[in-house]
Amino acid sequence: MEFSRRDTLALGLGAAAMTVLPFRVNAASEDAITEFTGGADVAEGGVTLTAPEIAENGNTVPITVSAEGASAVMVLAMGNPTPGVATFNFGPLAGSQTASTRIRLAGTQEVVAIAKLADGSFARASSEVKVTIGGCGG
Amino acid sequence: MASGVRPRVKAPRSAEAGEVVTIKTLISHKMESGQRKDSDGNVIPRSIIHRFTCDFNGTNVIDVKMEPAISTNPYFEFEAKIPEAGDMVFTWHDDDGSVYTETKSVAMA
Repeated sequence: MEFSRRDTLALGLGAAAMTVLPFRVNAASEDAITEFTGGADVAEGGVTLTAPEIAENGNTVPITVSAEGASAVMVLAMGNPTPGVATFNFGPLAGSQTASTRIRLAGTQEVVAIAKLADGSFARASSEVKVTIGGCGG
Repeated sequence: MASGVRPRVKAPRSAEAGEVVTIKTLISHKMESGQRKDSDGNVIPRSIIHRFTCDFNGTNVIDVKMEPAISTNPYFEFEAKIPEAGDMVFTWHDDDGSVYTETKSVAMA
């Protein structure tokens, strides 16, 4: 198949459009937040998210979430193919509303933690993590 | 994917009544995300542990809903309050329906 000059231009435009596609991923994470909060307002502060500034390997990035008196904390990775990471539900015998785990990050992106606080309000914190090698395989 | 799955839990053998102790858990599991492709370009189906819970004498300590973005060999560290002597039960729920459990007894110091 021969490519005319016009076809080549169209292909280039298509490729440019592909790079804009991550916006759709953002929409998915907005949906996940709405599902968790029920559409309630989310305030800044009241929850702590500890993540490294630079992660050499996106396959295991250690994170810690902490929110005094929270009943649940949801963690989202905004730049992953699926933004959800984990939801921690703290029971009556939780010694503190703190948990650590290791997560996968596809590339440099923002990690967000949203906590459901004791009074029913929601709080969020975010942290930008630079990833040298992405963790999503080929 | 039930081969080679081995849970490991680090919990104290004894505690004071009402003491808050740190629990560390690790389970060996591939956590196939469903995003990777094999050498022929076929997507490798998702196979992960999607839920982890910890209970002490039947009362919940933590209940984690996990997505494919949790790393291979899922690791969790959290704190639990120990009101009395008893058993701490950890359960991991696999996508294939398997449930892995581990029990640690905690005595009063």
